[in-house]
Amino acid sequence: MKLHSLSAHQILELYKEKKTSPEEVLKDVVMRIESVEPKIHAYAHVNTHPKAMEGSLAIPIAMKDNMCRKGEEVTCSSKILKGFKAPYDATVVAKIKQSGGIILGSANMDEFAFGSSTESSCYGPTFNPWNLSCVPGGSSGGSAASVAADEAIWSLGSDTGGSIRQPASFCGIVGLKPTYGRVSRYGLIAFASSLDQIGPLTKDVTDCALLMNVIAGYDDRDSTSVNEPVPDYTKALVNDVHGLKIGVPKEAFVEGLDPEVRASVQAAIDELKKLGAIIKEVSLPHTPYAVATYYIIATAEASSNLARFDGIRFGLRESPSKLRKNTLIDLYEETRANGFGDEAKRRIMLGTYVLSSGYYDAYYLSGQKVRTLIKQDLDEAFKECDVILTPTAPTTAFKVGEKVSDPLAMYLSDIYTIPANLAGIPSISIPCGFSKAGLPIGLQLMGKAFDEEMLLRVCYTYEQNTPWHTKKPNL
Amino acid sequence: MSQAPFETVIGLEVHLQLSTNTKIFCGCANVFGSAPNTNVCPVCLGLPGALPVLNHQALLSGIKVGLALNCEINSFIKFDRKNYYYPDSPKGYQISQFDFPVAKNGFVMIKTDKGPKRIGITRAHLEEDAGKLVHDNLSNCSLVDFNRTGTPLIEIVTEADMRSPLEAYDYLNTLKLTLEYLGVSDCDMEKGSLRCDANVSIRPWGQEKFGTKTELKNMNSFRAVKVALEYEVARHTQVIQSGGKIVQETLLWNDEKAMTIVMRSKEHAHDYRYFPDPDLVPFHVDYKVIDQVRAELPELPAAKLERFIKQYALSEYDAGVLVMDQSLTKFFESCVEHYSQPKKIANWFNGAVLFEMKERKLSLTELKLTPSHLVELVKAVEEGVVSNLAGKEVLTAMLDSGKTAGEIIKEKGLAQVSDDSALLAIVDEIIKQNPTVVEQIKQGKPAAAGFLVGQAMKQSGGKANPKKLNELITQRILNA
Repeated sequence: MKLHSLSAHQILELYKEKKTSPEEVLKDVVMRIESVEPKIHAYAHVNTHPKAMEGSLAIPIAMKDNMCRKGEEVTCSSKILKGFKAPYDATVVAKIKQSGGIILGSANMDEFAFGSSTESSCYGPTFNPWNLSCVPGGSSGGSAASVAADEAIWSLGSDTGGSIRQPASFCGIVGLKPTYGRVSRYGLIAFASSLDQIGPLTKDVTDCALLMNVIAGYDDRDSTSVNEPVPDYTKALVNDVHGLKIGVPKEAFVEGLDPEVRASVQAAIDELKKLGAIIKEVSLPHTPYAVATYYIIATAEASSNLARFDGIRFGLRESPSKLRKNTLIDLYEETRANGFGDEAKRRIMLGTYVLSSGYYDAYYLSGQKVRTLIKQDLDEAFKECDVILTPTAPTTAFKVGEKVSDPLAMYLSDIYTIPANLAGIPSISIPCGFSKAGLPIGLQLMGKAFDEEMLLRVCYTYEQNTPWHTKKPNL
Repeated sequence: MSQAPFETVIGLEVHLQLSTNTKIFCGCANVFGSAPNTNVCPVCLGLPGALPVLNHQALLSGIKVGLALNCEINSFIKFDRKNYYYPDSPKGYQISQFDFPVAKNGFVMIKTDKGPKRIGITRAHLEEDAGKLVHDNLSNCSLVDFNRTGTPLIEIVTEADMRSPLEAYDYLNTLKLTLEYLGVSDCDMEKGSLRCDANVSIRPWGQEKFGTKTELKNMNSFRAVKVALEYEVARHTQVIQSGGKIVQETLLWNDEKAMTIVMRSKEHAHDYRYFPDPDLVPFHVDYKVIDQVRAELPELPAAKLERFIKQYALSEYDAGVLVMDQSLTKFFESCVEHYSQPKKIANWFNGAVLFEMKERKLSLTELKLTPSHLVELVKAVEEGVVSNLAGKEVLTAMLDSGKTAGEIIKEKGLAQVSDDSALLAIVDEIIKQNPTVVEQIKQGKPAAAGFLVGQAMKQSGGKANPKKLNELITQRILNA
């Protein structure tokens, strides 16, 4: 039996029946990594001796390279953090360890989560398991590819503007961005603090619920985490959407949307209707401004969050011999010039600009106002429906290198995912078909704050009635 | 005194470290003097992924300071990031409060020779302290100690209301006393728990518009603030009188050289790119919490001074001396509870006790004098058991040995001799020795008796009751 190809809940079933053990599963997954990792490059770093642990959820997991693990190197796939070993566990890491999770290594990502293709990693790109000449999406591309390629049973990613959902869509798996404040950010190396959220990337919806049960919950070390009771998410796995209202924004099917993606999403809408859901057209008039708003707020926060990478205490420090003048400013400049990649520099400059005196009101403050309007649009729409449905991304996975030199085109691949981050609401991507070229297509659902259960229910129902999640790439 | 050619305008910024148990955004101990980089954690070291959580004790201290400075309290609590690079700032930004300071629009009353004056408090906001850089010239290295990083600070900013370095000095002393009463900080400038920057400008008398200001930093005592301001006012005056212009810049005060040195000019002023810290969610403090803090405020110096003058009939001077230190007022009031002679106690306290404190360079607590022991001594003097002079000797011995007044009076045989027969012998002896003085007294100069009393006191070894001596001497001479 190929243990690595199973989902977590299938493996847990085998544990229960004593048909396999965590050691066996781990061994099988490690062998799988050895065989396909050279092609995929899903990992920034594979642990040399992952250990099978005691616990109820002894499942091999990949963690995005931006979650601190005590004693392990964590780099955000950036040269500037090379050599940084975290002296503490992120809250999610501690929770995974407590549940018996077997951490396989750190998953590759766009540098500091800046990107939608995992091409800006200092370790080089990750490749899409469905087509090795394509990107896996990003920024959690390594997390998504590791699961799609069965190099991990499940994984954790982080999502600031779509960084879990878009790669999940490109790799044909399930990815959930929880409500802002649902999962602790303590120990997650920040990109944009008001938007970042950790979430699961899994082979199916059941696994998504299981992993949410582990990571969700209030953390007094994160002031932005919310003290709401955590439900048992597996209780939401109900195969029934009768009478549920699904909103479809008229703004979603616009120019730039790939016809194959449009067709698959339309087919999914029809399927849900057939299953008893009520489809309603809704309007989100301010969403056309979402990408612009996002790139103001996210870069502003990032420019400040990345200030701590200054070469003084950890990570890269340019040696005095390389400095033109041996001054403090020179040390900062050379360290940051050599440590950050192009996209990181671009975003730091953008963010610094929008916060600068004289520009703050025009950019940052206006951005915050539009953010409120987008949130109000969604609040308004949720008065009429239980979930809102859109494509996850306007296209399927694009070619490696295709958008590297065109950042604006790259930014637009998050056009559907960004509003949920701006509004802080939960949002999930599940597979809903394949293009003629054999690339996965993703369907996005957004829900009301702290109503991840509704998303899981609709997705579970859809999954139970469609075959997409059972497909595997040929590797 | 001739009028100065220009009017001086001064505003002050005071940074005060709050003595909370833990730092403002993490659980590290907030203590001074530990080995370098021992009171640190991922949060105050600004390690990747670490997040701040507000210490509510620091917030309450901030509210307390605001209320004591007669401020409005912002119930909307919000923190912002002040972005700048420096090795002692581990995150590359300082968490501070920008547009919603915890307190604003308050005032402090100071005394001037023209009467009381109101110094406006523009705002008081909470923020975190930075680490400490140590420059090691031997190894040509700079070292950073992050123990101080994250110490809660409140920055208190005044209006440009002070019109002389002396007013600035008086404001600082008044402010410090108030802060000491609140018990929110040890206010120790040497340890850096209280730091002061000053903005100063001059303008022609009658002109409304402010002159160009300079900012002064690095003064490590209130005296230094005053001297630095005096220096800077003189410099401004000289520059302007010789046809020059003041450049807006930040200057460092060099105490040894007694002069200011340019640190940075306005062109190099930072753009701090303030924006709301997304890691700390804004929230509203319940008005009940603010009312609670208000209700728990101690009696503040100005109110205490007024009460001491009224309730205990003390002179403004005596009350003022006591009010300068809360431990003194507590001691004093405890004494008064034991013995309701406030005036006498204040005399003793502000005289002999403070003298002993100064001599021994000890604080009141270190002196190990208890209110009941002092009262025993004051009573002994008032009841004539020992003379005033001997009383002081008794106090010295009490402090040396830790014994009570009674024990010492007994041991040293200092009890005053009031017995006529014992004193008469001395009086007769003195009269015999000083015929000239005796003659003066006889001719109607009773004041001369004082000399004889002094001689007699000496003879008695200070034990004689001087009142009694005076009586006896006058009697003896006039009835002779």
